[in-house]
Amino acid sequence: MSTLVFLEHHEGELQKDSLGVLGKADQLGDDVAALIAGSGVEGLAAQAGRFGAAKVYLADDPALEAPLPQPRVDVAADLVRRHGFDTVLFGATVLTADVAAGLAARLDAGLNWDLVDLTEEDGKLVGKRPALDDTVYVDVGWKGEPRLALIRTGTFEPVETGGEAEVEQVDVALEDFSTQAKMIEQAHEESEGPSIEDADVIVAGGRGLGGPENFALVEELAKALGGAVAATRAVVDAGWYPYSTQVGQTGKTVAPRLYIAVGISGAIQHKVGMQGSNVIVAINKDPNAPIFEYADLGVVGDLHQIVPKLTELVRQRRAA
Amino acid sequence: MKIAVCAKVVPEQARRIDSETKRLDRSGEQALNPFDANAVEEALRLKGDDADAEVVLVSLGPERSLDALRKALAMGADRVVLVSDEAAAGSDLVASSYTLARALEREQPELVLFGQQANDSDGAVMWAAVADRLRRPLISQVAELTVSDGKLRGKRQTEFGYDVIEAPLPAVVAVSDAINEPRYPSLKGIMGAKKKPQETVSLADLGVEADRAGEPGSRTEVYAIGEPPPRGETQRIDDDGSGAEKIVEFLLERKAL
Repeated sequence: MSTLVFLEHHEGELQKDSLGVLGKADQLGDDVAALIAGSGVEGLAAQAGRFGAAKVYLADDPALEAPLPQPRVDVAADLVRRHGFDTVLFGATVLTADVAAGLAARLDAGLNWDLVDLTEEDGKLVGKRPALDDTVYVDVGWKGEPRLALIRTGTFEPVETGGEAEVEQVDVALEDFSTQAKMIEQAHEESEGPSIEDADVIVAGGRGLGGPENFALVEELAKALGGAVAATRAVVDAGWYPYSTQVGQTGKTVAPRLYIAVGISGAIQHKVGMQGSNVIVAINKDPNAPIFEYADLGVVGDLHQIVPKLTELVRQRRAA
Repeated sequence: MKIAVCAKVVPEQARRIDSETKRLDRSGEQALNPFDANAVEEALRLKGDDADAEVVLVSLGPERSLDALRKALAMGADRVVLVSDEAAAGSDLVASSYTLARALEREQPELVLFGQQANDSDGAVMWAAVADRLRRPLISQVAELTVSDGKLRGKRQTEFGYDVIEAPLPAVVAVSDAINEPRYPSLKGIMGAKKKPQETVSLADLGVEADRAGEPGSRTEVYAIGEPPPRGETQRIDDDGSGAEKIVEFLLERKAL
């Protein structure tokens, strides 16, 4: 196996999921190469070496400064063509999903996504993909090479090997269409608001609340429990609640002692951010909501009836 | 402006994978992928009152997909182009994106819109493959979109907060489901939908070679369907007025209160 791992970075740090995938690739055997694309990213190569890369290809160019996918497809395609990697792995994010799919089209290469494991069986690479709201697990593979894979967030923990990578600068030649999209304003970690990552109890609200004004229900319950308030991507995108409170794939990953989901359907993007919680309670009026598949206790009903009553009961118990 | 919306028809309910073909069972009721309704809505919003603007649905699937695609026509889209060909069954990302790109090249839209994901395969990448094949700029996960002077501006969420990205037309955009609330088709819309143009084209009509579609054109395969790992006990109750009490009892039992 000759594997290339695409490493994503943000504000001078390689991302944990990328390093986790790197570690997994290293475990699967043979020397693993990594690609770091960006501007002024030389300093990241050593970290990649410490986490399992034997070789780091550095695409360091001002045109790669903004984390946009299409220029990265150009760089990765060049590299795969030149060195004949048979496998290219990505820790799935908003950026890498677009890079991986663009690369699949460019190289006519198979892409499997949302994998939660990767094994080699009789020389064949097999990916494990949960499907249909994680109710079935599908073994997937590739016909021909290169084989591209996006690994679900939080799947592999980084492993520090303490190694050192050989570093090679690569030439950056970009297609015209790849540089047409321009970053006008780039996201920065928002620091305002309380941190939900350290909270012992979290009450989270989703679109089922019906409107931003109903977040008061969630806030009251959180206050009674001495917990923090979280939100889903849908309501954050809709402007009901700040991004700093978002749980899920593009938000925070939390694992509190108690997680109460109010009006949250529990799509996989949300699940990956909170499935490590010790006890999960869900309140939702839709009996088919995926969250009932993994909540320890699911209550099908009207949150407007249940939540205020629950808040009151918790208050009474705490006062007693 | 001509806007193409790439839409998928998905099983409405009772989703299962056929153990023999290892493909999703599509024999039951079909519906427009709910995430694609956001793309249709956004296209209609951008079209507005512009009589010269056109919203075209482009889809891959069996002929009977037309029934479900008509929902988009009832919402206000102008016509449907369905690529329907038995040889396209079982197409993966590589094969589907190739066929879609050929269909889009035939239409030459200024803007290609996608919904956030397919709710049958959980796929959320098709746009990037299509954008690469069309050699057009791409903005994905867009929660706010504006178009002016031949330029797009999209605000989108990533793991780090919100980006604002600009791209010239023609371009490919994938919208998030937070971008709008799709309208319900009006009775008039539903009545009128049947009369709108609904064209079915074959792979040959698009010049898609046999080895680029269906299983021969695909680069991924499914080996086996298995059970998920066992999870802890889950219990579900219907609220009969005592839901709050039952939650408290449960929390006490689990020492979570």
